[in-house]
Amino acid sequence: MLKVEELHVYYDAIHALKGLSFTVAQGEMVTLLGANGAGKSTTLKTISALLKPRSGRIELEGQSLEGLEPHEIVRLGVAHVPEGRRIFPRLSVIENLRTGAYSRRGSTIGNDLDRVFTLFPRLKERMRQSAGTLSGGEQQMLAIGRGLMARPRLLLLDEPSMGLAPILVEQIFATIQEINREGVTILLVEQNAAMALAICHRGYVLETGAIILEGKADELTGNDLVRQAYLGG
Amino acid sequence: MDFSAGIFLQVLMDGVVLGFMYALIALGYTMVYGVLEFINFAHSEIFVIGAFVGAEILLGLESSGALATLHPAFVILVLLFAGMAVSGLAAMGLERVAYRPLRGAPRLVPLISAIGASFFLQDFVRLVESLWRNTFYLTYPTLDILEKNLSLGMGVEVPLKSFLVIATALAMLLGLYLFVNKTKLGTAIRAVAQDPDAAALMGIPVDRIISLTFFVGGAMGGAAGVLFGLHYSLINPYSGFGPGLKAFTAAVLGGIGNIPGAVLGGLVLGLMEALAASYLGILTDGAFGAEYKDVFAFAVLILILIFRPKGLLGEKVREEGA
Ligand SMILES: Nc1ncnc2c1ncn2[C@@H]1O[C@H](COP(=O)(O)OP(=O)(O)O)[C@@H](O)[C@H]1O
Ligand SMILES: [Mg+2]
Repeated sequence: MLKVEELHVYYDAIHALKGLSFTVAQGEMVTLLGANGAGKSTTLKTISALLKPRSGRIELEGQSLEGLEPHEIVRLGVAHVPEGRRIFPRLSVIENLRTGAYSRRGSTIGNDLDRVFTLFPRLKERMRQSAGTLSGGEQQMLAIGRGLMARPRLLLLDEPSMGLAPILVEQIFATIQEINREGVTILLVEQNAAMALAICHRGYVLETGAIILEGKADELTGNDLVRQAYLGG
Repeated sequence: MDFSAGIFLQVLMDGVVLGFMYALIALGYTMVYGVLEFINFAHSEIFVIGAFVGAEILLGLESSGALATLHPAFVILVLLFAGMAVSGLAAMGLERVAYRPLRGAPRLVPLISAIGASFFLQDFVRLVESLWRNTFYLTYPTLDILEKNLSLGMGVEVPLKSFLVIATALAMLLGLYLFVNKTKLGTAIRAVAQDPDAAALMGIPVDRIISLTFFVGGAMGGAAGVLFGLHYSLINPYSGFGPGLKAFTAAVLGGIGNIPGAVLGGLVLGLMEALAASYLGILTDGAFGAEYKDVFAFAVLILILIFRPKGLLGEKVREEGA
């Protein structure tokens, strides 16, 4: 489904991604692990075309994404739930969800709203409230729900567990798993390696802009290096 | 002059007319600031372009003799639509040529480009008019009906043109309110204003929404230009300076980036100016005359900003991203 090859990305002089390559198959749930500053968010932003790579290729179902604008990539079926939620604080919850469906011309979005409200009943209760007044957990639900409104085939999630209480993290991860079971391919970026490896099929470990390890989730969970660096011994 | 209620009413009316004019222009500053955090200093020229489009159409109708045969309401609608369309497109073109290539450059760079564009547009209008009419001072032909007076009681007579300004401004503000708050495109404008990167990730074509914002803001300015011409008659390529500066001030006063704030700021400034022009002389026993009206208006502005630095309705303009 997604194929990233030899990606090099710079912030001016900072070489943030150094020849990154990985793939995500149709229907898979893959995690990108790594410490703060490893280049995880940069990877997702480059896939979404918020950043332009200096070299390398990104292919979606065999089609190169080169030269496309972010909104065109959304139209191809890729939704990106950014780090830090980035909901529109002064739009209402329902308006936030509707912007998620912006690229879908003509089609009715009632069913998708129902689906989001089934996954996150809290959002339905707070439909008319401005999004900035939601709690951190509710904002994360809104960010994910807003991403789903695009009816994506590939969902990019950037640290959905950040800043949330453990109980909420479990709830969010269970929902992500459910979304994947419904057929959405998922690329999940996480610092919380234990949780991510528990639900994903495969994973890659990123360090200073390059992949140092890859494998099935249980292999990575058993790997000494991963245990030491990311699973706390 | 004295403190009669009739005169007070007259002054209020002048202030409200001026205030709505400022409000319409201020919307262009504030909407563009909302999406780009940038002051489009050439917006005063977009306003002037609207005024000239109205004047040219009116002069054309007059010299062809058609003006006498057409219904004045129809003529006014044509002027407004034409002024809005041309100013809107001009603002859009301006963004495309002078601002978009500089996106991402340090903040001062587009600002200087805007000042340059402002000079360019002034002299462009002057050139075109000089070639076309041999003068660049135009007078709006009078529409007789607009000069008719309506009595408000207490001996106050207000010309219809004042009501035209108020009614048109109210209609446009209502339209803008519905557009920005109730439509998909309007919601997209608000989303881009709050977080352009997140908006792009939602599939919103940010550049097109920015173009649209310039068009809408420019169209409001163009309508204000036509109303200005109909109300005050005399225009020249430099007529935008005063109203533009006042409208910019109104936008800051209301809280830059905030649409209702621009309207409130415009009205407050217009009223202060009108009140100062009429009463400053009396209140200070002649020490300060009407010519100090701007000093007074700006002194109040500074006072308000000292206590409310973000303006009357201002809030944090953009949430910092992660
Ligand atoms: N806007 C930016 N400007 C300059 N450097 C940046 C910017 N964003 C990220 N970086 C740098 O790029 C590297 C990768 O960052 P990022 O992709 O955000 O890491 P992660 O998401 O894995 O924490 C880091 O060294 C970071 O300092
Ligand atoms: Mg990150």
